Amino acid sequence: MGVGIEVKDLNAWFGKAQILKEINIKVDPNAVTAVIGPSGCGKSTFIRCLNRMHETNPDARLTGSVQVGDIDVYKPGTDAVDVRRRIGMVFQKPNPFPTMSIYDNVAAGLRLNGYNKRHDLDASVEHSLKMAALWDEVKDVLKKKSGSSLSGGQQQRLCIARALAVQPELLLMDEPASALDPISTGKIEELIFQLKTQYTVVIVTHNMQQAARVADFTGFFLMGKLIEFDKTEKIFTTPSDKRTEDYITGRFG
Amino acid sequence: MSLSPNSEFRSLLRFQTPAAAVPGTAQPGPVTNSEVPRIVLQTSKVSKYVDVIFRNLVLICSVSILAVMVLFFYELASRSKLSIARFGFHFFVGSTWDPVAGDFGALPFIYGTLLSSLVALVLAVPLAVGVSIFVTELCPRFLRGIISFTVELLAAIPSVIYGLWGIFVLVPLLRKYVEPWLGTYLGWTGLFTGPMYGIGMLAAGIILAIMIVPIIASITREVLVAVPQSQREAVLALGATRWEMVRMAVLRNARAGIMGGIILGLGRAIGETMAVTMLIGNRPEVAKSLFAPGYTMASVIANEFSEATDDLYLSALVEIGLALLIVTVIVNACARLLVWSITRGHSARSNA
Ligand SMILES: Nc1ncnc2c1ncn2[C@@H]1O[C@H](COP(=O)(O)OP(=O)(O)OP(=O)(O)O)[C@@H](O)[C@H]1O
Ligand SMILES: [Mg+2]
Repeated sequence: MGVGIEVKDLNAWFGKAQILKEINIKVDPNAVTAVIGPSGCGKSTFIRCLNRMHETNPDARLTGSVQVGDIDVYKPGTDAVDVRRRIGMVFQKPNPFPTMSIYDNVAAGLRLNGYNKRHDLDASVEHSLKMAALWDEVKDVLKKKSGSSLSGGQQQRLCIARALAVQPELLLMDEPASALDPISTGKIEELIFQLKTQYTVVIVTHNMQQAARVADFTGFFLMGKLIEFDKTEKIFTTPSDKRTEDYITGRFG
Repeated sequence: MSLSPNSEFRSLLRFQTPAAAVPGTAQPGPVTNSEVPRIVLQTSKVSKYVDVIFRNLVLICSVSILAVMVLFFYELASRSKLSIARFGFHFFVGSTWDPVAGDFGALPFIYGTLLSSLVALVLAVPLAVGVSIFVTELCPRFLRGIISFTVELLAAIPSVIYGLWGIFVLVPLLRKYVEPWLGTYLGWTGLFTGPMYGIGMLAAGIILAIMIVPIIASITREVLVAVPQSQREAVLALGATRWEMVRMAVLRNARAGIMGGIILGLGRAIGETMAVTMLIGNRPEVAKSLFAPGYTMASVIANEFSEATDDLYLSALVEIGLALLIVTVIVNACARLLVWSITRGHSARSNA
């Protein structure tokens, strides 16, 4: 089952620069949330705060609280490793493991968590690759080709499969379709639709139509602030903030 | 706008004049031809000659290096003719070294070189890789520079100083504490038995290890730093601990480069002469125990060259030099191959 998210008074910095300012958001379980906003407004930083990836940068700092399901992400004593295991992430730039085969790429997360049974791994790898719409293209070279030998779009779908394989409760996707052709993009959107029954999904996107198509909720970020957060329908038809309207109608950004 | 070469279109292909580049002073409308002189780029006669000269110069340089290499082999081979003719292949498997009787076998030296280098690698590789991991992945930033600098300083110490330090510090330590301990607890392996002089294969191996740590560590550090951050993040996001991240994202991606560093270190260990001569005991025998004295190819050449009065003796020494050269070339070729395999994809760099 998917989990709800509640973000309270989230502030984030890189060195002295404050990137996120007073973010408050509440997301229902099993909802798809789109995060939109102009480049550099802090979308990636925001979702990286949800699974504690933000702090892997030595300059990074953060205040506030994040609750994902029953995990209080930033409570002292919460294990970052455990948080990341339960919250999957697909990065803006595809980052498959170049020295591993396609199979090992997908199985990496499971192996990390102690799954080693051949049969289970085989089934999980196949299932994950099918969900990520990559199976048909790679099923014959699973163990022969390395992760880096795929095309950029295939690499991104491989990364999606890798994240799905560990069955996270919440899946964070940072522009997963920016390197994909329309057909694969369609498949990914379909996937997100299916995922909704089992997972909560937060997806960053620059593509308004995509946000409108897949998301139940949409948040609009501008210069580190969450300007508006509402039902996707509402945001795209009758936004309550002038800046949101300007952005989605393409008047800036 | 049509694509015919009208002046408006062509003006778009030109660089802006400085005046137009300053905000506020830019003229509205297209930049006309009169403002920018038409530049015709041509290769001048002189630079054509320079090009030819340059090309030939570089060619001569590379050919001459090749020639030096060939000359090396030729000289060594021709000067060891006597010994090659007398002993043939048996030279490499014979273990007597008797200048008086004129019987020469290189096995103890080849064995000594390989064993002391192996001991050095076994000690140096974990240390060097460990230091590199600590410096790139774990240690606070202010310590990073200090540690790397100190490690690299080790490379600047002359080898005779290492030899002296070995004699005055390392050898007594080994004799009094380390060797008795090893003999008691690891004597059953057969590697640590016999009289404990301090001086011997173990002392030489340890000194070599200290000497090659900086080479391996600095190359390893470079390769680890070259692993893109995105690889670390990919592993962390799957729920990996720090160590799992180092293992899966960092070491795995960097392994070919680390191997290259190790082989360069090995090359240094094989050729090292002075410090080894001072510590290895200089006795041409093939012993299993690391406590026993030994001899290396480089040391025997350095020590006995001036005493080699008859032709066969001299020629045998030169043949050892030839063998040393061949081993070194093989080791360096391996390093090249590995470095080549890194740059050929299958590495993190191609994905950076
Ligand atoms: N590692 C970093 N160190 C310092 N500043 C950073 C770092 N990463 C991002 N920033 C800054 O944080 C701000 C927000 O970056 P972020 O990556 O979250 O933007 P984004 O909304 O995801 O943009 P895009 O749509 O281009 O991906 C930017 O102004 C950027 O300069
Ligand atoms: Mg981003």
